[in-house]
Amino acid sequence: MVVQEAAVVVINAGGLILLRMRILIAACLAVVWLPVFAAVLPDERVDILEHQYEGGGIKVSGPSVLVRKNIGTKVSVSANYYVDMVSSASIDVLASASRYSEERKQQSVGVDYMFDRTSFSLGYTNSDENDYQAKTYSLGVSQTFFGDLTTLNFGFSFGQDVVGRNIKGVPDPSFQLDKDRRSYRFNLSQIVTKNLIAELSVESGTEACIDMKEGETCLNNPYRSYSYLLNGARALLPEKYPLTHNTDAVSLRAIYHLPYSASIRADYRSFSDSWGITASNAELRYIHDFKKDLLLELKYRVYSQTEADFYSDLFPYKDAQNFMARDKELSPFSSKTVGVGLTYKFPWVIPGIEKSTANLYWDHMQIDYEDFRDYANFSGTKAPDASYKVGEEPLYNLNADVIRFYVSFWF
Amino acid sequence: MIATKVVLIALALFTLLCSSCSRVKPWVKPYERQHIADPIMSFSRDPVSDAYLSHVHDAREGAKGADGGSGGGCGCN
Repeated sequence: MVVQEAAVVVINAGGLILLRMRILIAACLAVVWLPVFAAVLPDERVDILEHQYEGGGIKVSGPSVLVRKNIGTKVSVSANYYVDMVSSASIDVLASASRYSEERKQQSVGVDYMFDRTSFSLGYTNSDENDYQAKTYSLGVSQTFFGDLTTLNFGFSFGQDVVGRNIKGVPDPSFQLDKDRRSYRFNLSQIVTKNLIAELSVESGTEACIDMKEGETCLNNPYRSYSYLLNGARALLPEKYPLTHNTDAVSLRAIYHLPYSASIRADYRSFSDSWGITASNAELRYIHDFKKDLLLELKYRVYSQTEADFYSDLFPYKDAQNFMARDKELSPFSSKTVGVGLTYKFPWVIPGIEKSTANLYWDHMQIDYEDFRDYANFSGTKAPDASYKVGEEPLYNLNADVIRFYVSFWF
Repeated sequence: MIATKVVLIALALFTLLCSSCSRVKPWVKPYERQHIADPIMSFSRDPVSDAYLSHVHDAREGAKGADGGSGGGCGCN
């Protein structure tokens, strides 16, 4: 009976992956619009990108178009149109619902105003899909010092989301949850030597459910369930999350110009949140410029995190804690990513276009989960092996490929 | 969280104080910035591409934020 109850609620898992996206839209966009060095306006350019992610039973693809244009010598405006077309039969979806397809569209506009060595930025983003709407407002200010060797950047963004739910693909009008997001950012870029640039970033964010009724939570995916032991088998019930989430992240990155036409870049980030997750990631990139018309990038990235306080792959019994989750993104895991990319600068000159490039980048990710079990062999083709005890099934892992192909034009 | 906000406020005050630091002479002269101006020295050569990749990571990882000038973390996919 308990399992049946869960099955009614968890009918459609559309939004399982996309949910995490809107939480972070504010952080993404406000910063994208801000130039690293504020003494000049950003480049006037057009980028037309086609993206694709495939792995773990999920395929996400779509276009992204970014246009940036100056108005006079002090104002730069930009607009971005982005689409995610999702086809998902991920392990989360198969565990509690059926495969689904959906689409998310996002529109962003931004404006930068430069005054001497100060730049002010405003941005607005709207993201829309059938079970989630997000609006984000952002502002930022940048200032350069010491002959433009140092750039300080402060940013703030505010977001309002409406979390919905579909039942059999139809929006449920009785299910609408409001969520607020805030993010505060600080960024310091420093030209250290004539061959070295370093950057320090600090960001704190908070997200909170607004006017929740008893038992409601807005920070989890409404389609996902936690798993608990019932009569020697797994049973499912809707997850229960806290109503607030605070995050803190600090990162340091540096890029060094080698004695020949190449650079090497290193990144490190440390993260912690109010849910008990601590994480860190590090990345190395090598970028080689061949005769100024072909650019090669190689990279290697590692990431690891601990689990949230209320995460478990299998709780011992129903309502074992006040908060319970089985989101693999809240579980302990580590990942490795290798990437290679090429940028080719077209030799021809197009009237009105200063430079044009074609770019192809490929990343391969391998994620190994340390406490998230493939209890029904969702990732395989064979039937689940009954010899495994409940809670001792094989650990899940996934491999994914991320491809970005885009052309860029500078004016 | 509170500690971070205190740090941010302190840094904001530092920024204001720095407006009187204009006498510090740049130790990397403008004519020495050929390498610095090279596109391969940019933390974000192509913002639309970098934002998408941050987005991919943020959708699959618990961590987010502090992605700096490269654009940080709307985590779709």
